[in-house]
Amino acid sequence: MKPYEPVVSHIAPLDMANVDTDQIIPKNFLKRIERTGFGAFLFYDWRFKADGSENPDFSLNKPEHKNARILVTRDNFGCGSSREHAPWALLDYGFQVIIAPSFADIFYNNCFQNGILPITLDSMTVDSIFSMVKENPALQFTVDLENQQIKPAGKPAIPFEIAPNLKEKLLKGLDDIGWTLQFADRIEAYEKALEV
Amino acid sequence: MRPPYQELLEVCILPLVDRVSVFDFFTGMGKTLFDKVWERHLINLEGHPAAPKPDENRHLIYIDLHLIHEVTSPQAFDGLRLSGRQVRRPERTFATMDHNVPTKDRDKPVKDPISARQMEYLKKNCEEFGITLYDLNSYNQGIVHVIGPELGLTLPGKTIVCGDSHTSTHGAFGALAFGIGTSEVEHVLATQCLVQARPKTMRVNFKGKLPKGVYAKDMVLALIGKIGTAGATGYVIEYAGEAIEALSMEGRMTICNMSIEAGARAGMVAPDEKTFAYIKDRPYSPRGAGWDKALAWWKTLKSDPDAKFDAEVEIDCSSLTPQVTWGTSPGMVAGIAEKIPELASAPDEVTRSSWQKALAYMDLAAGQKITDIKIDKVFIGSCTNSRIEDLREAAAYVRNRKKAPSVKTVIVVPGSHRVKEQAEAEGLDKIFIAAGFEWREPGCSMCLAMNDDVLEPGERCASTSNRNFEGRQGKGSRTYLVSPAMATLAAIYGHFVDAREEA
Ligand code: SF4
Repeated sequence: MKPYEPVVSHIAPLDMANVDTDQIIPKNFLKRIERTGFGAFLFYDWRFKADGSENPDFSLNKPEHKNARILVTRDNFGCGSSREHAPWALLDYGFQVIIAPSFADIFYNNCFQNGILPITLDSMTVDSIFSMVKENPALQFTVDLENQQIKPAGKPAIPFEIAPNLKEKLLKGLDDIGWTLQFADRIEAYEKALEV
Repeated sequence: MRPPYQELLEVCILPLVDRVSVFDFFTGMGKTLFDKVWERHLINLEGHPAAPKPDENRHLIYIDLHLIHEVTSPQAFDGLRLSGRQVRRPERTFATMDHNVPTKDRDKPVKDPISARQMEYLKKNCEEFGITLYDLNSYNQGIVHVIGPELGLTLPGKTIVCGDSHTSTHGAFGALAFGIGTSEVEHVLATQCLVQARPKTMRVNFKGKLPKGVYAKDMVLALIGKIGTAGATGYVIEYAGEAIEALSMEGRMTICNMSIEAGARAGMVAPDEKTFAYIKDRPYSPRGAGWDKALAWWKTLKSDPDAKFDAEVEIDCSSLTPQVTWGTSPGMVAGIAEKIPELASAPDEVTRSSWQKALAYMDLAAGQKITDIKIDKVFIGSCTNSRIEDLREAAAYVRNRKKAPSVKTVIVVPGSHRVKEQAEAEGLDKIFIAAGFEWREPGCSMCLAMNDDVLEPGERCASTSNRNFEGRQGKGSRTYLVSPAMATLAAIYGHFVDAREEA
């Protein structure tokens, strides 16, 4: 995993609560056995019409929101299935940062396995980010993980909280397996003691 | 959607509870069932130079049982190969094929070449890494959350994970069981451990007795309706109370299964005599002296009377009614005698707009009676409701009647080969077939419609599965989550009817 670098981008808004992983990546695209190439299918049933053409009404398809690397959305983002194809699709499409008032548990974990930064902010602050984007879709935000802040150009920075170990994991691009294997002797001791 | 309940939890209850639990720590108060299982599986990292700091809430826990299936495992095995890693304890991982397997014409090759490739890949990976696989033609094949318990792999006090969110099902046995992503699947394969933050605990007390015609599925749907789909995010739920004790193991599994729909990491029920009776003499359960030793430990797996939970919820079962979801999230649910709520009654703007969007998608109107909703198809199956008891429940409501002519198809998909065999031994298949229902081979089927069992756009389906998301059962599909009893009655009448009146 590559270490996280500050992201500078405009924000794409997805003004919906409970966006589930079935929407993020519909199941017909889960049959690939690779980790890559899922971006083309992100939000497929919303992004595309039945005939395969782009749905111009869907937020991410609006020209002003294209190529954004930051997504702002509502409560309980990523609920539903444990499929890691969801963060793979978001990342492959270009999103590195997701801002929401809350995330579903497994999805939240999955983000950190893939270098995506999920930022939890209170609903009021999320509201104000939505308003800023509405007012000026081109507004650039810098998401600085090191200093735990989102800085809208020319406006005061918005601080955010994150668990120190998760922050470190993203900043250093750490791999959990490598971390755990340092404790191989302890795992062995556990297995011996409990005869498992 | 922020349920009003959560507000109460965060503002009034949690701050209090935090203080109490710090206090408990010093006075040595009792432990919850979760605490007991969790603490037994912590790897001791003390004194290790790389150990996390005490305030980091980062733990390494040992995983006793790892279940895998064809959809979320291929990339994990690729990861192992790329880094030259081995599977640490191959005998602790079991594989099956369930998600995209066909439920008919099993003797022919799988039609969909991409599904076939995924299954082939699982087979190859299991061979290469020495993992036991119950493939399409195995007697032990079935939905991963159905076969774990029926093979005796799922046992009280175990830690169980699977790359599938409904792994919470296994918590019905007093195991700590939860779903993980593919990177974590790789992590478990390589280390037999997982890095975890310690979750909070919630107890849901189902008090009173269930009325006739009301089932475990209604209990869990009512809970989700009450606390919301994110109401238990960050928690492990322990289900307790008179109504839980009265449930069969199948009923308990149904409830634990849908913990994830309330946002919970896992759901658990303390094991009791019913649990032990269910496990005894299953293919993988312990025997002889091993059984006695295990049983002695299992009997200690319950929350101490003075144990404190971070949150408590109570539901009175004596007034529960059959539940039907009307929207595109399991929290959008109403009692059979109710109407679809008016938008004006939504607690906040975000909820109001999601209700509005859901009603448009479902082509329903606020204020409409639930009993007026017409049904095109019925699906009885999935890891929520495909066990023998569920099929008995469904069959009991058929009573020599036939599906309504307006209902196009009714498919009954047993959760596993063993369930199928048992049902056939009891003649349930004949009851279904005589009613015009289709009797299929085991698998996930129309729960997520990755195989051929798919709804057409706009079709309304009474389904015993667990998710009613947009497009879950096919593009444009409209899913109504209900109990097996309610699904059967919908098949017979062509619309929803109150199971209490037919019980
Ligand atoms: S039946 Fe449905 S929810 Fe259960 S494991 Fe299969 S796809 Fe997942």
